[in-house]
Amino acid sequence: MSSWIPLWLHKLGSPPTFYRFAGTLRPWAMLLALLLGAVALYGGLVLAPADYQQGDAYRIIFIHVPSAEMSMFIYAVMGVAAFIALVWRIKLAEVVAMESAPIGAAFTFITLITGSLWGKPMWGTWWTWDARLTSELVLLFLFLGVIGLYHAFEDRRQGARAAAFLAIIGIINVPIVHFSVNWWNTLHQGSTINIFGKSKMSWDMLWPLLTMMLATKFYYAASLFNRVRTDLLALEGGKDWVRQIAESEARS
Amino acid sequence: MNRPGLATACVAMLRRDLTLAWRRRGDIAMPVLYALIVTMLFPFALGPEDTLLQRIAGGVVLVTVLLAMLLALDAMFSSDIEDGSLEQLVLAPQPLALMLGMKILAHWLTTALPLIVIAPLLAAMLHLPGAVIPVLLLALLLATPLLSLLGAVLVALTAGTRRSGMLLALMLLPLCVPAMIFAAGAVAAAQQGLPWLAPIAWLGAAVVLAVVLAPLACAAALRIALDA
Amino acid sequence: MSALQTFFAMGGYAAYVWPAYAVFFIVLIADTIAPGVRRRRVLHELRARLARQSLRQNRNSPAPPSP
Repeated sequence: MSSWIPLWLHKLGSPPTFYRFAGTLRPWAMLLALLLGAVALYGGLVLAPADYQQGDAYRIIFIHVPSAEMSMFIYAVMGVAAFIALVWRIKLAEVVAMESAPIGAAFTFITLITGSLWGKPMWGTWWTWDARLTSELVLLFLFLGVIGLYHAFEDRRQGARAAAFLAIIGIINVPIVHFSVNWWNTLHQGSTINIFGKSKMSWDMLWPLLTMMLATKFYYAASLFNRVRTDLLALEGGKDWVRQIAESEARS
Repeated sequence: MNRPGLATACVAMLRRDLTLAWRRRGDIAMPVLYALIVTMLFPFALGPEDTLLQRIAGGVVLVTVLLAMLLALDAMFSSDIEDGSLEQLVLAPQPLALMLGMKILAHWLTTALPLIVIAPLLAAMLHLPGAVIPVLLLALLLATPLLSLLGAVLVALTAGTRRSGMLLALMLLPLCVPAMIFAAGAVAAAQQGLPWLAPIAWLGAAVVLAVVLAPLACAAALRIALDA
Repeated sequence: MSALQTFFAMGGYAAYVWPAYAVFFIVLIADTIAPGVRRRRVLHELRARLARQSLRQNRNSPAPPSP
């Protein structure tokens, strides 16, 4: 490959090196996620004042918006990793793309559930065919499709490559879906409820939200490292370094 | 070496697939029968009031056609994979994307065209006003190639797996949302006497884009799925 | 009402706010635990395979160098 990529990056692409690297970073990422999450929750649930329109129900925002943001962020990460996996055939990129999918699906699921728990008292309904809600639902199906295709193959690496291809098709599709659903919603004169709209949030509410977004990023890193490590063990089962890990863990 | 030209190869491919489909005429009738049965169930489930059926007719016909096509989609490459002729196609000197495009065209002719032909009957069963039927047909004429092309990419991706129709549905659903929205939007607009050209134009643009890109994507997907 | 009670009442929206947070934490905890369980299973299977291999090699010794 090109020479401008530093050597350590090449080394990081090798499974045993990444296994150790992820093992070192994971506890720190998890610790940061928990710390920031606790601070954000204290700020959001206790310190922030109640909204003058929505009362205390708006406090769902501190998990709803970070989850929604994460669902899209993880899809983007998955798409980039899928592209790298298909173009340069790097095994680690395949693993990162495929192990991102369940985390992304989890965040998308949380977004949908918390959104509907928030919608019930505010809009009086659990679900409305609003453009953003529908796009999020489509996103969930995209994640599930990637996971399903990955597991449909006997050969794991071949499954990863096929699912990576599907992920890239999905990335092209998401903006089209969002555009078409927007168009459809205006045609049907649907409910165009926009709670926060242009209104600016006060700093008391904003800082816990931003902290929570950061916390979920760290959580994603920790969870991804954990999953990638496990998947590398399963994929590289016959190699020496995995054998050593298996034997050393049996002794302890 | 005397290699046949591209046009000859395309015609040969098309003729082969159409001949194969003709030998199994019963399979062509299956989606049509399925669409008829599903459409017949709607009045039983919702009650026979004309106004209600009229309102939902366009959407029901579109969804029924989509489901019927999904039913037939699984079989697009399966027989070719079983007898190994798909691998031959991958190795052939002719561009794979073009050959797959011909296969998709043949598949569209044998599954979607019969559905479009009986679509007026389905619409009439649900009392869709006669004036809207041309718009419905135009929408179907543009939406079904889109579904065939998108479906072909996904079928190619699943080519190396155990048969799994449910997975195909799960993967196709997010991709066909825009097509369904614009097709149904055109029919609904025509029914309300509004201009319906805009959604049809969007569909047309999408079909042009898909005709260019989908065979290429299909070829790439097939290479991944067969690369064992 | 004590401060703690007002906090848990969430201005009358407790039935919506707390389930939302519960879903958030339950899903994420499940997501954290799942790889650990899988990891243990993978390593267990690997050790079982290694044990079978070494057993076979001991039986027809001198063991040929495994590829």
